[in-house]
Amino acid sequence: MKKFILKRLLISVVLLFFVSLIIYAIMRCMPMSYVETQAMALATRPGAKSYEEWVKQLNAQYGLDVGVIQGYFIWASKAIRLEFGDSWYWNQPVLTKFQNVIWYSFFLGLVTFMIEIAIAIPAGISAAKKQYSMTDYTVTVIALLGISLPSFFFATILKYVFSVKLGWFDLYGIVGRMHENMTPIQQLGDIIWHMVLPVVTISVVSIGGLMRYTRTNMLEVLNSDYIRTARAKGVSEKKVVNHHAFRNTLIPIVTLLGGSLPGLFSGAMITETLFQIPGIGYTSYVSIMQGDIPFVMFYMVFLAVLTLTGNLIADILYAVVDPRVRVS
Amino acid sequence: MSEVNTKQTEKKLDDVTRVRVLSPGMMVAKRFFRNKLAIVGLVIIACMFIFSFIGGMLIPYSQSQVFYTTTEMRKDYAGATEIDQFQFQLGEGASLPKDIYSKMILADMQGDSVIETKDGTILGAEKVGDKMYILYSLTETKGGADVLKAYKALEKGESTIEAGGKIYFFAGKDDAPIPTFYEGEKIATASQMSFTAYAADMTMSLDFCEMALRALGSNMTGFEADGVTYSMEVEEGSALVTAAGEEYCFISNMNFNAIGSDVYLTPDYKLTALEAIENGDASFVYADAEGNEVEYEIENKNGQYTIKRFEETKVIATYEAPSKEHIFGTDANGMDLLARLMYGGRISLSIGFVVVFIEVFIGMIMGGIAGYFGKWVDNLIMRIVDVIYCIPSIPLYMILGSIMDYYKASSTVRIYVLCIVMGALGWAGIARIVRGQILSLREQEFMVAAEATGISTYRRIFKHLIPNVVPQLIVFASMGLGEVILAEATLSFLGLGIKYPAASWGSIINAVNDSFVMTNYLFVWIPAGLFILLTVLAFNFIGDGLRDAFDPKMKR
Repeated sequence: MKKFILKRLLISVVLLFFVSLIIYAIMRCMPMSYVETQAMALATRPGAKSYEEWVKQLNAQYGLDVGVIQGYFIWASKAIRLEFGDSWYWNQPVLTKFQNVIWYSFFLGLVTFMIEIAIAIPAGISAAKKQYSMTDYTVTVIALLGISLPSFFFATILKYVFSVKLGWFDLYGIVGRMHENMTPIQQLGDIIWHMVLPVVTISVVSIGGLMRYTRTNMLEVLNSDYIRTARAKGVSEKKVVNHHAFRNTLIPIVTLLGGSLPGLFSGAMITETLFQIPGIGYTSYVSIMQGDIPFVMFYMVFLAVLTLTGNLIADILYAVVDPRVRVS
Repeated sequence: MSEVNTKQTEKKLDDVTRVRVLSPGMMVAKRFFRNKLAIVGLVIIACMFIFSFIGGMLIPYSQSQVFYTTTEMRKDYAGATEIDQFQFQLGEGASLPKDIYSKMILADMQGDSVIETKDGTILGAEKVGDKMYILYSLTETKGGADVLKAYKALEKGESTIEAGGKIYFFAGKDDAPIPTFYEGEKIATASQMSFTAYAADMTMSLDFCEMALRALGSNMTGFEADGVTYSMEVEEGSALVTAAGEEYCFISNMNFNAIGSDVYLTPDYKLTALEAIENGDASFVYADAEGNEVEYEIENKNGQYTIKRFEETKVIATYEAPSKEHIFGTDANGMDLLARLMYGGRISLSIGFVVVFIEVFIGMIMGGIAGYFGKWVDNLIMRIVDVIYCIPSIPLYMILGSIMDYYKASSTVRIYVLCIVMGALGWAGIARIVRGQILSLREQEFMVAAEATGISTYRRIFKHLIPNVVPQLIVFASMGLGEVILAEATLSFLGLGIKYPAASWGSIINAVNDSFVMTNYLFVWIPAGLFILLTVLAFNFIGDGLRDAFDPKMKR
């Protein structure tokens, strides 16, 4: 088991190296408008150097004057020591900004994750129990609807109905207008209130996948031989479903959910941007739009690390949850 | 068999005609068409294709045709200012020095009648009323003037004398015993009045102006000038001059000027406007040349009056509500939304198919190679797949979008780049499926048999392996189509995918980024959103139906 984890870890590191190299190469293609603007501003100061000199100096300062490969190694050698530099747009170290915003995204992700589990798994199981029944069709259609809904369209409809027409929520932002004058408890309530629409959006859009996954796996288990055996032995239907089938269905589901745990930190770029929730997704959206290379570079690599960690967790969990895998 | 048919005897259970044998393909089709959801999906997709490709041909508008509409807009028509500077009406061939404006004000305030200007010209001003003067050009003269008469006039406070049909000015300084005499020649009138002739091309003679001013100054109701007798109706600083019963000229202390160069303001119009201004009305009605009554609004700003009226103006028809000409209304650029939805559908659907084709093509080859050859080839390709899986796609598309923004890529180039990049990032999933499938197929008996019979590698791959992977590929592709359309719409929504003037469903909804549009113009973004939803949903229905149909375990 140790050997297996170690091997997977090493592969992940190698993969991360290549992924970050590709990302770095793409980032270097990004328009350098930031450096140019900075140089322009610095050059207009009294007694300053010329624009070209400033551009040169800034490029050197940010490590943009060397080739892509060399630049990558400069970046990587710092990144290993968790030095991601200062964000250009936010005027603070990348990691500080990251720490300031990540918890909004995590909170959003966690609540959505729990809602998803609470709704999708029971729904998927009850759909599988009565295949081709009305319940099954309803679950299938709802799941497919969720998968097919463009998140921006759904978010806009929610905003139109609940913010514009009913006036229950603000259109944008994480805090209300009177936030500063509230007691800490009210402030927390204010933030939670502003999270409602984003949570609903992400839940509805992402719930379909888990629902269908549960249904498919439950169906597979219910069609297997040992379930038929259990039924033939006269075990009550309730016990068959709850004890024999459900526990076996949990194996792939736990693996999937465990694998998606790191994803709680990845932020929902589109939804956060639409509701202007200052989480990692919205911050990165603004950074991409502003050409803030240090922050975007960090975010992309962070996402890659999350994916790799997720895969790793899924692999390990698969072995942990299913005794049969451990034996072989 | 023919015997059985002709005799129509009762069939046995294992009779050939009784057992309908279906080919595997037919079995799949039968199972597929029994699925109601899949049929709904098929119908929706067919409708979308007809709407986008055939509808785009039938609609008379193009996707980037801008529509105009006429609308009533309040526009400035004329301006009116109270005259607080002297206006000069010059006689023929006469000219006045440049500083006459300031000198005139000075003379008016001090009551001087002789004005010396900077360039040495000496002018005489004969006062005929409040702020009304007749100007003379003066030449100094020694003889001819009656000194005694002058003194008498001086005592009375006058500064001009008339003798022998000529006018003499004299400027007496307090310490000088004998005033200087000047002989005057009439050159202009100065007053804070404007003269408007009833006929547009008529000009007023100096004589007329002079006599009119004199009459105004002494509150007379008539005068004679150039041998014509005029009568005058005076009303609070303005006067209407008529000659032989016909309106001739309008004099007022308001200066009117039309904003448009082609507008001529008639004295009658001015009179009406003046009355309204003096009464403090906010608007007045005046009949235009065709006799239609037009309402004019008056706006006062520090003694500056602006007269406005509603005019028909041609503007771009932005956000026009759905009507007969534009069934879905128009967008921010005045383009027909129905046409844009149709052309946008072409782009969205085409991108979906092109990207999925690229994905399947690359994925099948890479997955096939990895699965068939195994060992290090498999390892290498699967690690490449892992790397591609790790690259965050949406941020990457956004970065590419902003790079293309920077280089000002045309909308066609953007579409191609988008297709290629999405295809290049999307094949990893297909490669995994194909590899897994081939790995398990390779171990099965029919492949062993194929190898034993000595069939070439090429035939083994393409005749025996690939056809067995196709069902899964079709399912994946139909679901992938929906995903690609969704991704493209998201990108276009963020303003990074398809750009104006080309349309896509996502870029049409992009309008909701303006909250005003979101709140007030539902017809702009609801249809495009529904189209995306329906199309993606339909592809998912079809994919789901196909999966059930291909998978014998799911048999009903």
